[in-house]
Amino acid sequence: MRLSECKPGGGGSIKQIHGTGPLTQRLMELGLIEGTVVKVVRVAPLGDPIEVEVHNYHLSLRKTEAEGVELDA
Amino acid sequence: MSAPTEAAVSAKVRRIALIGNPNTGKTTLFNALTGLRQRVGNYPGVTVEKKVGAYSTSIELIDLPGTYSLAARSPDERVAVSVLLGAQEGEARPDAVVVIIDASNLQRNLYLLTQVIEIGLPVIVALNMIDLAEKAGVTIDVPALAKSIGVPVIPCVATRADGLNDLRKAIEAPPGQAIQPGWAWPEGLAGEIKTLSDKFGDGFLSARGLIDEGGAAEEMLAAKSKDALQMLSAARERLKSSQVKPAALEAQMRYGWIARQVGACTTRRPMGTPFTAKLDGILTHRFFGTLVFIVVMGLLFSSIFVLAKPIMDGIKACFDGLSAYVAGRFAGTASEGGALQSLLTKGIVDGIGSVMVFLPQIAFLFLFIAVLEDCGYMARAAFLMDRLLRFCGLSGHSFIPLMSSFACAVPGIMATRTIADRKDRLATILVAPLMSCSARIPVYALMIGAFIPAVKVGFLPLQGLVFAAMYFVGILAAIPVAFLLKRTLLKGPAPIFLMELPTYKWPSPRTVLLRVWEASKAFTLRAGTIIFAFSVLIWALCYFPRSEETKKRYEEQREEAKATLSDEAPEADAEAPAGEATGAEDEKKETPKSPLAERLDELDRLEQGELLRNSAMGRAGQALEPFFKPLGWDWRIGMAALASFPAREVVVVTMGIIYDLGEIEPDEEGAQKQLSDKFRAATWPDGRPVYTIPVALSIMVFFALCCQCMATVVTIKRESTWGWAIFAFTYMTALAYVGAFATFQIGTALLR
Repeated sequence: MRLSECKPGGGGSIKQIHGTGPLTQRLMELGLIEGTVVKVVRVAPLGDPIEVEVHNYHLSLRKTEAEGVELDA
Repeated sequence: MSAPTEAAVSAKVRRIALIGNPNTGKTTLFNALTGLRQRVGNYPGVTVEKKVGAYSTSIELIDLPGTYSLAARSPDERVAVSVLLGAQEGEARPDAVVVIIDASNLQRNLYLLTQVIEIGLPVIVALNMIDLAEKAGVTIDVPALAKSIGVPVIPCVATRADGLNDLRKAIEAPPGQAIQPGWAWPEGLAGEIKTLSDKFGDGFLSARGLIDEGGAAEEMLAAKSKDALQMLSAARERLKSSQVKPAALEAQMRYGWIARQVGACTTRRPMGTPFTAKLDGILTHRFFGTLVFIVVMGLLFSSIFVLAKPIMDGIKACFDGLSAYVAGRFAGTASEGGALQSLLTKGIVDGIGSVMVFLPQIAFLFLFIAVLEDCGYMARAAFLMDRLLRFCGLSGHSFIPLMSSFACAVPGIMATRTIADRKDRLATILVAPLMSCSARIPVYALMIGAFIPAVKVGFLPLQGLVFAAMYFVGILAAIPVAFLLKRTLLKGPAPIFLMELPTYKWPSPRTVLLRVWEASKAFTLRAGTIIFAFSVLIWALCYFPRSEETKKRYEEQREEAKATLSDEAPEADAEAPAGEATGAEDEKKETPKSPLAERLDELDRLEQGELLRNSAMGRAGQALEPFFKPLGWDWRIGMAALASFPAREVVVVTMGIIYDLGEIEPDEEGAQKQLSDKFRAATWPDGRPVYTIPVALSIMVFFALCCQCMATVVTIKRESTWGWAIFAFTYMTALAYVGAFATFQIGTALLR
């Protein structure tokens, strides 16, 4: 399952980060790496971006940016 | 200061850089350590803010931009890295680095620390916000943490100045040694980095160059050696073919090491729902969040107008007073009414005054922005608005700058500094002046009052609807402009919108006030330099050449009036000389004046009008009439538009002068009424009235879309380059011309 598909309250352990380039690198620098637990907190009123909790802090990212984050099923 | 002296001083001064993630309280800490002894400027060639503070006579602190990583791509990150490496032009390499770490968010903050350690400078950790960590249920064994990561760790709470004495001691102590990293590059990557490092002689830069494809390190290596790029891409190819992903390996290596160090020194006890989560339940709620947002923004912008108004009136009164005082000093001297008096009063005092009057709005806006930003709400605003702005290629970060521009584009453009992506920032800067600012209100009010009938459409007043429509003209123009810019000149990959939603906290008064002070100072300095020069230029174009013949003729008429008219008898006015002002005689005067005084006033106005008509600017207006005609304008409107380059609202004053009415204050109801009558009476040579509703609308649309504001142009230059400032002025003027043309032509066709 992809992080972008999760409903608020959903989430899980990160299986893999897909893609290369600055976005992927930044996601990993911010702590979204294999084995880290990430939880979707809420979706913005207009449907995008989403707010997630990772390493005890909150991060906002667009759904297109969350697509590359694959979670354990 | 002369260059050798500076070099001599800096030889003794120890330089210490402050670096940290965004939202770690770095600025608060910097302000607490340096107070007002700071210099704010820009790094050469980029619009990255450079903040240097004198800590003591022998120590200088450098506040580096907030960054999550030293994998530099944005201008902010590039500056941070090049300063730390001593590669920034004109900047000596720091002697030590203070890394500020948010204690409530250890893991992610330590990531940056591991990279800073690799740079090879002595490091001190300031473990900030330990109070927040405690509240979140995290207890950190500080001595154990210091031991395990190998650098001094000073716990502190910058907002309460707790622990700052210990931090000062650590800063003042002679710097320790740089430490060796306790982690090692994983198998596969280590070999490639070693090869590159042997070749370039810089391990940090080599690793960064290899991992950050397309980043700043690559360019820095390429500048060192011709075959750098080739070597890097060859190394990347080898890694790719053996299935090694450098960025992923780096993150795993660092976070792996961090987890091992942090695990042993922190304990986490379960806590209830944190305050921030509860607050966010409301502030980013689907319905309530949007509602609160609208209320906050509404309050913010109405309060800018309400709170700033009395101060703005005060500033205006001061400049008017100064102008009158200067004029008074000339009274009775040989140069009374001469060029010098006019230059000082009309050119300099009024010119600077027309810009300085915006200072209160700027101060209040920055006060509110700083409070919202420091408490953490700004990130939520961007979170709520991102989807809406993405529609035209921008992001949530652009919301506040654009919203601010409805008050004034100058603080709006200055507020774009919070946008990290350069292209996003430029696109925002370029469309910000299209938002209808408060300076357009006098123009709208004048035209609507004169030409839009006070009728109701349904239950809404037509005048109010036209007023609102002018605001929509700007917004509707901004959408396609931003859309096109982001697809042509500012084309690039979609900017990354990864944004931390920080824990809410009370804003620090010192940080907030310093922000207001800096914004106000920057604006005032500009008013004193470039804006001053433009004011003088426009004044000269409206003043010269002056014909002695005209002056003499009016002097003769004055003498004649004095001889023929009595000081008290209510006799009829003498015939006005042939001129544009045919409606002047019919005006009802509210205050009774003697015929002589009235006649002298009238002569003054007529003289001023004639001199202006014959000035360089007036002649340009007349020469360019064919150019203005498609918009439905006569030369007088055209010249007023030309002369209002320094500031839109000047158009009201200029039109008053051209219509031989003397100077009027745009805010005086009575004066506007008189000017409206003049407008209605004005005719083309064939007797058709100049002003029709399409003409009035065409003028309004022009001023809604044009960039007739020196302060804005100069601010764009300051935040980008002259090239972009000229681009903004050109495209907006073209847009305004086309918009006014379309309005007039369509309006006329519809009325036919």
